[in-house]
Amino acid sequence: MHIHFLDPYKPRPSLVHELDPRIKFILTVAFILTTALTPPAAWPVYILLLAVVWAVAMLSELGLSIILKRSLIAIPFVLAALPIIFTMEGPTLFSLNLRTWTITISQTGLERFISIAFKSWISVQAAIILSASTPFPELLQAMRSVKIPRLLVAIIGLMWRYLFVLADEALRLLRARSARSGAGDPSRGRTGGSVVWRARVAGGMAGSLLLRGIERSDRIYNAMLARGYDGEVRAIPLPALRVIHWLVLFVGLIILVVLLVLSYIISS
Amino acid sequence: MLIAPQPMHIPDGFLSIMVDLLLWIAAIIAIGYSLKRVSQDLGERQVPLMGVLAAAIFAGQMLNFTVAGGTSGHLMGAAIATILVGPWAAILVITSVVAVQALIFQDGGLLVLGANIFNMAVIGVAVSFAAYYAVQKLARGRNWGVFVGGIIAGWLSIEITALAVALELSLSGTSPANIAIPAMGGVHALIGIGEGLITVGALAFLHASRPDLINQGDQPPVAGSVIWIVGILIAVGLAFIAPWASRHPDGLEWVAAEYGFLETSQGPAYSLFPDYIIPGIANEAAATVLAGIIGIFLVFGVAAGVAYFRRKRQTSS
Repeated sequence: MHIHFLDPYKPRPSLVHELDPRIKFILTVAFILTTALTPPAAWPVYILLLAVVWAVAMLSELGLSIILKRSLIAIPFVLAALPIIFTMEGPTLFSLNLRTWTITISQTGLERFISIAFKSWISVQAAIILSASTPFPELLQAMRSVKIPRLLVAIIGLMWRYLFVLADEALRLLRARSARSGAGDPSRGRTGGSVVWRARVAGGMAGSLLLRGIERSDRIYNAMLARGYDGEVRAIPLPALRVIHWLVLFVGLIILVVLLVLSYIISS
Repeated sequence: MLIAPQPMHIPDGFLSIMVDLLLWIAAIIAIGYSLKRVSQDLGERQVPLMGVLAAAIFAGQMLNFTVAGGTSGHLMGAAIATILVGPWAAILVITSVVAVQALIFQDGGLLVLGANIFNMAVIGVAVSFAAYYAVQKLARGRNWGVFVGGIIAGWLSIEITALAVALELSLSGTSPANIAIPAMGGVHALIGIGEGLITVGALAFLHASRPDLINQGDQPPVAGSVIWIVGILIAVGLAFIAPWASRHPDGLEWVAAEYGFLETSQGPAYSLFPDYIIPGIANEAAATVLAGIIGIFLVFGVAAGVAYFRRKRQTSS
């Protein structure tokens, strides 16, 4: 089994895929920023933002179901915001008396909670479209063109290149442990040794993975030196932006600004 | 699931813009300084070493062990990375891990990436470094210092990071302090034990196979003392602020309101006073319905257009 299924990039013959990665990156971040800046409970604007994401999803030909399925990743975190339904002050929507406790749901709290969950859901879908429609090397070039330090981009690029190699190693380690019955079978109550012993085994695996990584990096460094590496990672620069790209960027930003202004008009 | 989303990675939408911005600034300063330091210390070797180490930490987060009742312990990696390559390189390694998790796997948001980097890469590493070298100093080079230091650094890095996340959520008005802080602190006190045990297991393995890798820093380097002090300050500071804030959530709210962390509070959507009517749109409900209709037209219009062009392309080819 190989870990290539990790790569979220899905090639499709679509306009979204063909768009310059710099424009895509900037527009995605601008979209998420706009979503974050909208005030709570601006429902009409949230719906429009969702429509924009879904329209882009349709345009990208990725299929809405993939995006929706992957957007569930942020769900567990919603729990963190759940308590504000009960603790926020505001007009009471619903009150429940349980002998000593009184559970009160305030309207402001509920609105705030749904706003947070909804905004988070819209944002994660935008990020999914970006990563599914842009090969990572292009995304790295986009990051470099928005002035993220080139050293950091180079490290992240090298990390991406060896991620699958080391993830494969981790999978092999896990398989070796299962083959030697070290993983246990919690469904049958067999856990294989004490918790400390299991943690030590996992720790040994982590240590060996890190050691292999460090030794591999030595070999990679020597190979890079042999090919004339001088501390500078070079890449073929992206082609200059054409008028149509600037137009897409401009129109996209204007739509976002209009939506933002609208959200403040609605909830003022 | 190979990649388990951890409750440490804040998604977009959970932090207020002010908190976001401040943590971005803090993260950028820390990354900038680390880049400078690492360039001096490692030179051109840094890119392959830190890139591959980041990949190894990422892959290492897949390694788990069963604790009890279907829960499992995972590795986060801030502590072990700090012990292996020192604080400055570890900040860059964990930054890369967190950035790739957000950019590719949507584990953590893009706009809150600065906050996630600050929590995991800066706080996690600084606290690990402070704890590990404090114990090393006490042990004076004896072997138990490595292992006790490892387990404390692992546990503390998780716990303090979790407290920071809870505090940021409370400051943003996303989660009440008196619930978020005890909940995050309590859960991660347990998760942290797993981290501590895996860290010490990894150290035991490395101590046996490549002792040169972990014994190179018996004493904290002189120039590293800045981050040592910062780490101790963060750990002690958060350890004191967190219980205070959870006992006095109003105090935290006051701080948040005073410094503009909370978005200006909004009135209820359905107000009794209909004196703010948007021209042309009767009220909020009508606006919502209108937005829904526009949205449906937009999505279906694009879908129809894409389908039309796809068919045209197929017939022409």
